[in-house]
Amino acid sequence: MLEVRELSTSYGAVRALQEVTFTAPRGEVTAVLGANGAGKTTLLRTITGLVRAQSGSASYDGRELTRTAPELMPGLGIAHVPEGRGVITELTVEENLRLGGLGRGGRVRPEELERIYELFPALADRRAALAHVLSGGERQMLVLGRALMAEPTVLLLDEPSLGLAPRIVAQLFELLQSLVVEQGLTVLLVEQNARSALSIAHRGVVLSLGRVVVDERADVLAGDDQLRHAYLGF
Amino acid sequence: MQQLVNTLLGGLTLGMVYAAFALALVLIWRSTRIVNFAQAPMAMVTTFVALRIIEGGHSYWLGFAAALVAGLVLGAVVERVLIRPVEGKAEINAVILTLGLFIVLHALAAVVFGNRYRSFPAAFGIRGIEVGDTTIALTGFGIFTIVAVLVVMGLLVLLFRFTDLGLRMRAAAFNQEVARLLGVRVGRMLTLGWALASLVGSLAGLLIAGGSLVHPGYMDAVVVYGFVAAVLGGLDSPAGAVVGGLLLGLSLSLVSGYVGSQLVALAALAILMAVLLLRPQGLFSQARERRV
Ligand SMILES: Nc1ncnc2c1ncn2[C@@H]1O[C@H](COP(=O)(O)OP(=O)(O)OP(=O)(O)O)[C@@H](O)[C@H]1O
Ligand SMILES: [Mg+2]
Repeated sequence: MLEVRELSTSYGAVRALQEVTFTAPRGEVTAVLGANGAGKTTLLRTITGLVRAQSGSASYDGRELTRTAPELMPGLGIAHVPEGRGVITELTVEENLRLGGLGRGGRVRPEELERIYELFPALADRRAALAHVLSGGERQMLVLGRALMAEPTVLLLDEPSLGLAPRIVAQLFELLQSLVVEQGLTVLLVEQNARSALSIAHRGVVLSLGRVVVDERADVLAGDDQLRHAYLGF
Repeated sequence: MQQLVNTLLGGLTLGMVYAAFALALVLIWRSTRIVNFAQAPMAMVTTFVALRIIEGGHSYWLGFAAALVAGLVLGAVVERVLIRPVEGKAEINAVILTLGLFIVLHALAAVVFGNRYRSFPAAFGIRGIEVGDTTIALTGFGIFTIVAVLVVMGLLVLLFRFTDLGLRMRAAAFNQEVARLLGVRVGRMLTLGWALASLVGSLAGLLIAGGSLVHPGYMDAVVVYGFVAAVLGGLDSPAGAVVGGLLLGLSLSLVSGYVGSQLVALAALAILMAVLLLRPQGLFSQARERRV
């Protein structure tokens, strides 16, 4: 269980997170929604320690995360796929994947790579190509595959649907859902695309100006016209 | 014909040294976006370490090895002590620090080692090899220079292309934040990168010094040529640095042999300007986007 307790973060005078509290249960997808600038990215970055928390905490199974260095996250089973995808374009597809596997410590075995290639056959054909040549959808597969290489228990995804065609988004979310079911992953899914996100999420947390304004079951949130109109715009 | 062969051989040897020096600059540039102006005096200091050891009665090779190790350590120390504190601030800060280090190392070397010219031994003959009844401009030490640079480059290629450590180092160089999230100790990788770059710089320093004179400023011209070579190859590309170094060595050798040796510095400047005007991304960089 990922527990966020009264987490606050500022950039100078900008209070990006204000006492954010919620929990993301194990084996579930928790959607984090909200308008541009609501603080969604800041939330993920504070959890993994890329941004310093002002106060409060985020912990996974009792282990405090916000005051732990980002480079220790893979070792704790936490994978953070940053906004804008974070493919390292100067490395090949396979090097990106290997790098993901190295985070766990120890060597990367060929079977582990094959498992990812099975999941994303489009990557298998491009393994020796520079990641630079991949399309947006392929890049998203690559970063997801790279995150999975570390065999995480928690996945923090920052707007994975950004810039992808609706059909690709549907495929991606379907795959995500099956991973959650098969591997019991705990997923924090930051999305602008609220409708798609809620379709696979168990819970929805809505941020507005750095505060949690809604924390509700996903089906309830998606079915409540007032909430949807007020915060999600669909 | 013989003159052409000799000119080209001289250019090749010199080009290898420029290539090594350019490589040292590129290794640092591509990981930290800093042009390390102190590369020349750092190499100079390690050459003086070698000279001390050799003059103390030890073998050339002990001095050679000590200088390389000193280069490794000096690079790591400079990164940790000088560059790390200004990491993440404007890059100009770090560049100015390397300029400061340039001055400090010069002054220190003058105090510790003296400001006069001293001869530095060479491991192999510095007379031309005889082919039939003519002597060509390739010396034993010249061959050693070429081989030494090739070996070091080969080892770097092996490290970066084929080892996990090399993959981590490249990841840290290309995208610090993503690398950190994937568990790469970025700080350590940057330190190691500076250490390796400094080692390669020291090698260039030793090869320039071999069989000639050293004083605290003997490397300063080389940094200019190394920089031109690095720009020629595209500052981001280690392979480009090597090719750039060779091209520059050959061109300057041709200028020196056929036009006049006093025009070499001018020719280097002309090449630099031409590259910056015609192909600022360098001859070999594909000018890739850096982030998505
Ligand atoms: N590095 C920074 N320095 C200063 N202010 C920042 C920084 N990063 C974010 N902010 C501010 O913090 C607030 C929250 O930003 P954040 O990026 O977390 O929003 P977001 O919900 O991810 O938005 P989007 O949907 O557009 O990605 C915004 O007001 C933003 O301007
Ligand atoms: Mg965001």
